[in-house]
Amino acid sequence: MSRKNPDYEGSKWQHFAQWTKGEYDPQKGKLETHPPVKSKKSGTDIKGYLRKMWNENKDLYEEKQEKELSLFEKIYFFVAILLGVFITILLLVTVSHLPRFGDANAPENNEVARRYIEKGLEETGAVNIVACMILDYRAFDTFGESCVLFVAATCVLMLLKSDGKEKKDTESEYVTRRSEILRPAARILVPVIIIFGIYVILNGHLSPGGGFSGGAIIGAGLILYLTAFGFERAGRFLSEKNIRIITVLSLTFYCFAKSYSFYTGANHLESIITPGTPGALLSAGLIVYLNICVGIVVACTMYSFYVAFRRGSF
Amino acid sequence: MTLVQNFPFFCIILSMFSAIISFLLSGRWAKVVHVAMLIAVFVMSLMTLNVTARSGLSYTYMMGHYPAPWGNEIKIGPIESLMATSFASIMLLSVMGGAWHIKKDIDEKRLNLYFIQLDLMMASLLALIYTNDLFTAYVFIEICTISACGLIMARRTGRVYVSAIRYMVMSLIGSGLFLIGLSLLYAITGQLLMEPARTGLMLDIIKGAYLIPVSVIMILLTVGLGIKSGLYPFHTWIPDAYGYATPASSAILSSLVSKGYIFLLIKLVLRVLPYETAPGRQMDNVLFVFGVTGMMIGSIDAIRERNVRRMISYSSVAQIGYIYMGLGLATDAGITASLFHVISHGLMKSLLFISAAGLIDSSKGRLDRNGLQGAGFRNLVAGIGFTVGSLSMIGMPLLSGFVSKFMFAEAATQAATVKMIIAWIALAISTVLNAVYFMRMVLVIYTPDDSKKTEAGKEGGADFFMEKAATITLSALIIVLGTMSPLVIGILNNGLDKLG
Repeated sequence: MSRKNPDYEGSKWQHFAQWTKGEYDPQKGKLETHPPVKSKKSGTDIKGYLRKMWNENKDLYEEKQEKELSLFEKIYFFVAILLGVFITILLLVTVSHLPRFGDANAPENNEVARRYIEKGLEETGAVNIVACMILDYRAFDTFGESCVLFVAATCVLMLLKSDGKEKKDTESEYVTRRSEILRPAARILVPVIIIFGIYVILNGHLSPGGGFSGGAIIGAGLILYLTAFGFERAGRFLSEKNIRIITVLSLTFYCFAKSYSFYTGANHLESIITPGTPGALLSAGLIVYLNICVGIVVACTMYSFYVAFRRGSF
Repeated sequence: MTLVQNFPFFCIILSMFSAIISFLLSGRWAKVVHVAMLIAVFVMSLMTLNVTARSGLSYTYMMGHYPAPWGNEIKIGPIESLMATSFASIMLLSVMGGAWHIKKDIDEKRLNLYFIQLDLMMASLLALIYTNDLFTAYVFIEICTISACGLIMARRTGRVYVSAIRYMVMSLIGSGLFLIGLSLLYAITGQLLMEPARTGLMLDIIKGAYLIPVSVIMILLTVGLGIKSGLYPFHTWIPDAYGYATPASSAILSSLVSKGYIFLLIKLVLRVLPYETAPGRQMDNVLFVFGVTGMMIGSIDAIRERNVRRMISYSSVAQIGYIYMGLGLATDAGITASLFHVISHGLMKSLLFISAAGLIDSSKGRLDRNGLQGAGFRNLVAGIGFTVGSLSMIGMPLLSGFVSKFMFAEAATQAATVKMIIAWIALAISTVLNAVYFMRMVLVIYTPDDSKKTEAGKEGGADFFMEKAATITLSALIIVLGTMSPLVIGILNNGLDKLG
């Protein structure tokens, strides 16, 4: 004899049965982000405005012009495809004339590469040849590259920085509410990701990695933290001011350290920077510190890009 | 190594450092830092110029403890320091002249970001001038591109976004072609330093190996830099980019940014690319044809344009055509003329943009010919500046524009006969076309306009004074360059073989 549950309507089994049928969703109303409600104060009638503009400027869009325009577009499309195909074929033909990949007699296996490989460890103290190339032999280029990131970040900030006219209370609307997967996962993942990033940066002169890749990893960790916990918690440390200060400090350190090294190098003066013991964590002269600087700049740039594109301000 | 020989390196690092430190400063202090940096760069470049021009020698400066093919290196000669001096002074005058508009167009919060772009622009221009390494050149081309986009869109109104995007797309195509060319060059020579790369290319040509990649490298590097500097068929971004940005940005973009790329191309032609071989001569012809076409089309477009700032922008297309025509003549005299025109056009164009902005302000912001009627009476200094710039563009004796046209004509006599005739005809027609639109504009601004007798009372105090001072200084510099040209031409002639 089956016993009927008197509270069957509200029971777990009832919910489960409904869930399997797709009628009930326990997470409904808890996971979705709510886009900010558009304020209706600015009651500009866009459609009406467009209609007005269209009527006023009708003579600008004559049929004849439209025909010319469509003809131009067709020709443009055709020529663009032709040009693209032509350049592709040209470059493919060129590549087929280049020395074979991995050829021992290829021109790029000359004295330049040989010195990096044979004397890199001895001269710079870095086990990772790539690090010794980009941060010691050709450090000026890498300083330029960090400045590329810096100028890109300032450019994006200039474009997207909010004017302060918009209301600030939109923050809560953008934050995922009580996300049951994201937050616990982030709580576990973020420390691991950031520590891994720090490891990659600090071992940049010993193993593959370095400032650029480690900085990208840390930046990804920070973005995950921001997504999971919202602007308020992330902003406690990663405020706009702090990010500015640490970016400026690391770039300034890079600038001064390398200026010293360039100046002594060019004037053939004795430098206090020594390669140290190869393999040790604090070895390879400036490379480890420069890696840290580059890492900070990359992480801050990634984070501020994300913030700027998402909200416009910190 | 004497202290003065360190100055080019100090200039580059100083401008980069002032960009970094400006991130923490307020807009006003960022401007102070920027102006101080420009003055320091100008003084240091002048001292370098003094030393290098007197000795007539060039030297290499090691960036770090490792000699050139392994480490980075910059190379300083008379022409490089002359360019750095003139670029620093033009940028200083443009920023001073556009100070009032910078304040008006860019809001307080973004002002320091704007000056960061300017600082890094100066750094990248200096690096492009001095570098002896192709990859360093590419890195600073990137900085130059991004900061130029920032300068264009700093005004944040209407069409500047469209023009910034157009500029970015075209400019990135140029960078991409340059980078592909660079990779191919590395693949067949294994060198990124300029002189060894040339040796590698010449060896390949002598041995008859890699002939197709060599030609493709020449095409890609030349076309990449051509797109970025606004050579004729790739000029479509110019009127938008220069026509709507804030006047200081327009002046800097037209007189310096495209010139930085042109100077790099001239260095590549002299130092890296085998332009004296058969494929190189073909490239010369192509550049010549594009340059001459650009001279014509740019001027014709300028005549058809009603908006005065777009008109000046189209005139840039024509003037860049002159420079490429000089390159395409494939003689030393042609390259000297191009180098002289780089400086001369820089001065003229920044003067025109700044004085045009002054005229527009005094005409209630109207940009068309009817609105500008009588503007020369309303704003006397801007009117005089615009007249001097226009006369120089047309090629009035005593002004720098005359000297550069004379040098182009003289250089053409040494070239092949066909080129000589074409160049002369092109110069004559282009001068007439220049006269048509510039004299028309000058006549318009000096046509008395009874309806609006009101003097434009501009609230700006010191900035307004700066605008006047910059206009007068630029006009004076054009006259000085026009009358004392033998000095500059002497430096260019003596330094040319050191540049190569």
